[in-house]
Amino acid sequence: MNKTRLDDLSGGSQATSGDNFLQQGVMAALAGRLARFSGIGKIALLCVFLMLPLMIQSNYAMRVIIYICLYIVLAMGLNVVMGFTGLLNIGHAAFYATGAYTTAILMKQFGMSFWLTVPAGMTLGVVLGVAIGLPTLRLRDDYLAMVTLGFGQIVYIVANNWMGLTRGPRGIADIPSPFLGWGDWAIPIDSYTAFYYLIFSFVLFTIFACIRVRDSRVGLAWTAIREDEDVAAVMGVNLVLYKTMSFAFSAALGALAGSFFAVFQHFVSPNSFTILESVIIITIPIIGGLGSIPGTIVGAVIMIGLPEIFRAASEYRMVVVGAFMVLMMIFKPEGLFGKKQFQQMYKA
Amino acid sequence: MGLLSISSLTKKFGGLVALKQFDLTVEKGEILGIIGPNGSGKTTFFNVLTGMFRADEGTVLLDGTSDNLLDRKTHEIIGMGVARTFQNQRPFSNLSVLQNIMVGGHCRGRSGIFSALLRLPGAGRERRRLEKRAMEVMTIFGDRLISMKDRSAWTLSYANRRRLEIARALASDPKLLLLDEPTAGMNPAESLQLLDNIRHINSTGVTVLVIEHDMNFMKQLCGRLVALDYGEKIVEGSYDTVRNHSRVIEAYLGKD
Repeated sequence: MNKTRLDDLSGGSQATSGDNFLQQGVMAALAGRLARFSGIGKIALLCVFLMLPLMIQSNYAMRVIIYICLYIVLAMGLNVVMGFTGLLNIGHAAFYATGAYTTAILMKQFGMSFWLTVPAGMTLGVVLGVAIGLPTLRLRDDYLAMVTLGFGQIVYIVANNWMGLTRGPRGIADIPSPFLGWGDWAIPIDSYTAFYYLIFSFVLFTIFACIRVRDSRVGLAWTAIREDEDVAAVMGVNLVLYKTMSFAFSAALGALAGSFFAVFQHFVSPNSFTILESVIIITIPIIGGLGSIPGTIVGAVIMIGLPEIFRAASEYRMVVVGAFMVLMMIFKPEGLFGKKQFQQMYKA
Repeated sequence: MGLLSISSLTKKFGGLVALKQFDLTVEKGEILGIIGPNGSGKTTFFNVLTGMFRADEGTVLLDGTSDNLLDRKTHEIIGMGVARTFQNQRPFSNLSVLQNIMVGGHCRGRSGIFSALLRLPGAGRERRRLEKRAMEVMTIFGDRLISMKDRSAWTLSYANRRRLEIARALASDPKLLLLDEPTAGMNPAESLQLLDNIRHINSTGVTVLVIEHDMNFMKQLCGRLVALDYGEKIVEGSYDTVRNHSRVIEAYLGKD
């Protein structure tokens, strides 16, 4: 689009500013290339990830990788609400807790199979997502953020105080490992390798779900709400329905991560679902670039992986991470893979 | 009974009466112009009609049905066939041109989240249909939007954003198109082009209501004009009648 068009002279302005690469930002363009990667490339990448447990011997490293994957699922869920629909949610850990406690209680007290507790947790997450979505839809921006903050606190406090159900601060211990298969053929998922494959399949599921919904009519309606909700309503988008749907979808993914967390740790307690947890989850899509799926993945690697790499620096490592985040926001406020947003054209 | 019959439409903002007992009948297939000085209630009228503001009083009947448009929720109105553009350009800035127009077709689709997750054939068919319709709508403006279809809307020129908004509204297959100052920010050549574009849209069976300050433009475009002042209809009729009406001159220039 660099050549000037002659008919502009009579018809006036057809802006032909810059090339696509500059407009999108380098990383976003790279991500676009990656998405168009040939099928073989994708399969090769998949194989590398599948062979990862064979190549990495250290249990510590595997644990870090599993945590990164867990946070990818969590952050992808939040990305739906924050990145696609543009609603700030500071209480995502509430959905995470919902999934974790559902799995823990159903497995421990009712002896249910892990595979049944996952849809149960996701369903309960959806119910909570709708419960928070419906009454708060008239609120915007900061007000909605305050409500979600409160909601996160409510779930935390309930988990901390409902002794009969959650055993309060003592938590629920000895959650059994899930099994794959039936009867004599059951394979327990109790090694780091097995857990890695489990969470990896969750990550794949999440990525596929997010891509499919993003590219659908629903995803388009969500982005329209993000851009301008009044205009979206005039263009026929039912704000109540679509915002609630966004919260519900996000909650389902949060609960999915929670279910995994419960069986992986074999222990859940309210301390895993504090506001700090929500804040960590929020930073991931922001660093990666709101609305970007590859960005969210890279964001999780940075936010969860970096503090581990800098573990040698002991107390200073959080300072390093903090400094990194400050620099990010100054030099690349749209995130690593984020598209350059229109507002930033007017930066002084 | 025309396409749109409005009776005693009233909108108040506190003590300010923005629309006062406004009556109007829009005939099917016509291009009706609305004029009036700034603050006379033209845009408020559009906002009330499309459900952005709640009217205090009045009925709006569309296409001979007995269903009051004012009782409908904002997002239902476009589905009934009333689509609009905005005076202060409001395209979805960070969406591409094509996506912008496809949002306009949202009300003509039905597929939900589960058909998207399972990638049901119906959802795919619907998306392709929507995309085809968006491309069709863009051809009205020749090459101008099509050549930009994958660009973010904020990179577009002022005039192209106006065109984009019209295309977005048209993607919903409206019966009635509301244009709020479509030529603002366009040069004379572009205005002339837009004149042809609107006539073409009208010839495909879309009734057009247009707010505009450019009287020359209105003279060429509209069969009938309505003049507003302080939320009241002061005169209605042909261009010459309205142009020379003493109360219109008074509204714009004041009394001697």
